[in-house]
Amino acid sequence: MSEIAIKVENLSKSYRIRKGEAARYTALRDVMAERAAQFFNHLKKGQNPFSQSGQHEIFWALDDVSFEVKQGEVMGVIGRNGAGKSTLLKILSRITEPDKGRITLNGRVASLLEVGTGFHPELTGRENIYLSGAILGMRREEIKKRFDEIVDFAGVEKFLDTPVKRYSSGMYVRLGFAVAAHLETEILLVDEVLAVGDAEFQQKCIGKMHDVGKHGKSILLVSHNMGSIRRLCQKSFLMDNGSIALFSNTEDCITEYVSCNRYSKTDLSLIKKNRSGSGIVRLSEVFFQDSNTGKRLNELISGQAVDLIIKYKSKELAINLIRDLQIGVSIYDEEKGFVTVLNNRMSNYLFENVGSEGVLICSLGKISFMYGAYNCIFNLLINHVLSDRVEGVCRFKVMEGDYYESGFSNCHDRSGIYVNQKWQIL
Amino acid sequence: MDTPKHQLVITPGLSSANYWKDIYRYRELFYMLSWRDIKVRYKQTAIGVLWSVLRPLLTMAILVLVFGYFAKLPTSGDYPYPLLVLAGLIPWQFFANATSESGNSLLDNQNLITKVYFPRIIIPLSATVTSFVDFLIALMLFLPLMLIYRFTPSWHIVFIPAFTILIFLLSFGFGTILTALNVKYRDFRYVLPFIVQIGLYLSPVGYSTEIVPLKAQWLYSLNPMVGIIEGFRWCLLGESSLQFGQLMVSLAVTFFILALGIRYFRKTEKYFADLI
Repeated sequence: MSEIAIKVENLSKSYRIRKGEAARYTALRDVMAERAAQFFNHLKKGQNPFSQSGQHEIFWALDDVSFEVKQGEVMGVIGRNGAGKSTLLKILSRITEPDKGRITLNGRVASLLEVGTGFHPELTGRENIYLSGAILGMRREEIKKRFDEIVDFAGVEKFLDTPVKRYSSGMYVRLGFAVAAHLETEILLVDEVLAVGDAEFQQKCIGKMHDVGKHGKSILLVSHNMGSIRRLCQKSFLMDNGSIALFSNTEDCITEYVSCNRYSKTDLSLIKKNRSGSGIVRLSEVFFQDSNTGKRLNELISGQAVDLIIKYKSKELAINLIRDLQIGVSIYDEEKGFVTVLNNRMSNYLFENVGSEGVLICSLGKISFMYGAYNCIFNLLINHVLSDRVEGVCRFKVMEGDYYESGFSNCHDRSGIYVNQKWQIL
Repeated sequence: MDTPKHQLVITPGLSSANYWKDIYRYRELFYMLSWRDIKVRYKQTAIGVLWSVLRPLLTMAILVLVFGYFAKLPTSGDYPYPLLVLAGLIPWQFFANATSESGNSLLDNQNLITKVYFPRIIIPLSATVTSFVDFLIALMLFLPLMLIYRFTPSWHIVFIPAFTILIFLLSFGFGTILTALNVKYRDFRYVLPFIVQIGLYLSPVGYSTEIVPLKAQWLYSLNPMVGIIEGFRWCLLGESSLQFGQLMVSLAVTFFILALGIRYFRKTEKYFADLI
């Protein structure tokens, strides 16, 4: 039976944001000061001093979103930060109300927006199971019935009567997820919680989620981890600017998500800032592309086969042959920490007597960067003299992926690099 | 699955429509949250329950010293001054604790508010209940003190539950207003201790209402705690300066604050998750 579990129709939610610098929260003294200032301003201009001028801008966090999730289906939701994913989950779990639209939920709903929701550090594991269960919507008898199963799943028997503040973070996460995994609801909303927990347990959770899916539980899963989305969801949708950009099978959504080209400047012809060198030959364009499809990329996935494309052009057409061209690309992480360098000479590829205009391709193979955003500095040397140096372009983002093709990852959005490894036992 | 079929339709304004029904539906969560707060309260302080007895006792000693011994304020009846102070202090401390605890309760539980749905009013309510347990324990202090002073309470004592309900409603009502304001205006939490502090002197805690000049009595009575504290004195000590009119004013103000609190809370609670 393929009944509809979640039906969302024309859902919209707006937020009022204050013009100018948005304050994180309102302070009474600011409001009073502002009102007073307004009062006198209006008085001066001869307006009604008590009227308030419209100082707010409307921002649509969700704009006319409609979709359906069938019973037993695991649906992935992907999109950039601020695309509206979390707002959608918050409305579905009733934390905040929509402004327009209608949602029909067939079945009890539990939302898992955090691991260990409602845990209190002072209370013991046993007490917290009951507390968290109640907060997530379980009845006392239900928790009692499932208690042993939960404890077993989390593997914390010995520490049941220890306050959870003394738990290791791994134990804490295991217990938190164990409670949530045993919820007897028909619909489960999950936000980015799989990114925590140790490797073994993460695998167990994914298994458990798969199980519940087969038993008719419908899951809506929001994640930045393309690996887990790919593993768990058959269907997904991609959100962008508060609406659904693509509703399709997961593979298509991920491809579309990753290839959206919006993150950085690739055309360098107009860039003047942070640029130095003699300028005889300039870089004109740099970007990444998928080695297999040739599609331009802006967000890469660990393990994806990628080429770096570098176009150059000499200023004066007089030069028709470049005797020696050397290109170096230094890659830094977000904290400006040096990661690695790509250099044609270093890797023993020489460009001698090349044309005054051309395209260089650097095949990186499976990229081994882990999750994170990276920055590049390009150095172009013509006949051993710096000709062009550009900073802060071709910023790229790497999403966590299945680098070793093992179907298993425990890097949880940590940055670093993958190293090729081989294991054996002697 | 043997559970009955649930269907939930979320539309704008859903939670206001089912407001009271929802609170009933989430009663188990309310018990759990109250249980949690009580448990944590007595776990955190090393001396636990003893603290709820020690605090009124020490405050009483100071008030007796200042008002009774130094200032030599008069007492009307033939009961000892410490008992007069204690009868005022215990309800006052309940009010003060409950309003400041529930005033901060939403912010203290913001991790819950942004992660799960439930009727938000459960939170200040369970904070009030936690302070209420303290109040009940502190009330027991009367037994040994009455024995020491060989004081026999009159039959008025049977009215204690009525005044208890009244002070509970007042504290809860006041707490809901404060907690909603606290979410909206983050600097409000600095105003809160100040309100509680001046309230101690504007209520007949360390003295009897009699010493307030007659002309100012009507204004003074607008403070709902006046009628309630004098009410507790009347119950515990058998006599007090409580007047019927005063009691009615307290009653009216209490219900006004309660209604205002719930109304304001309902109006703002939809946005709590967005504001926090």
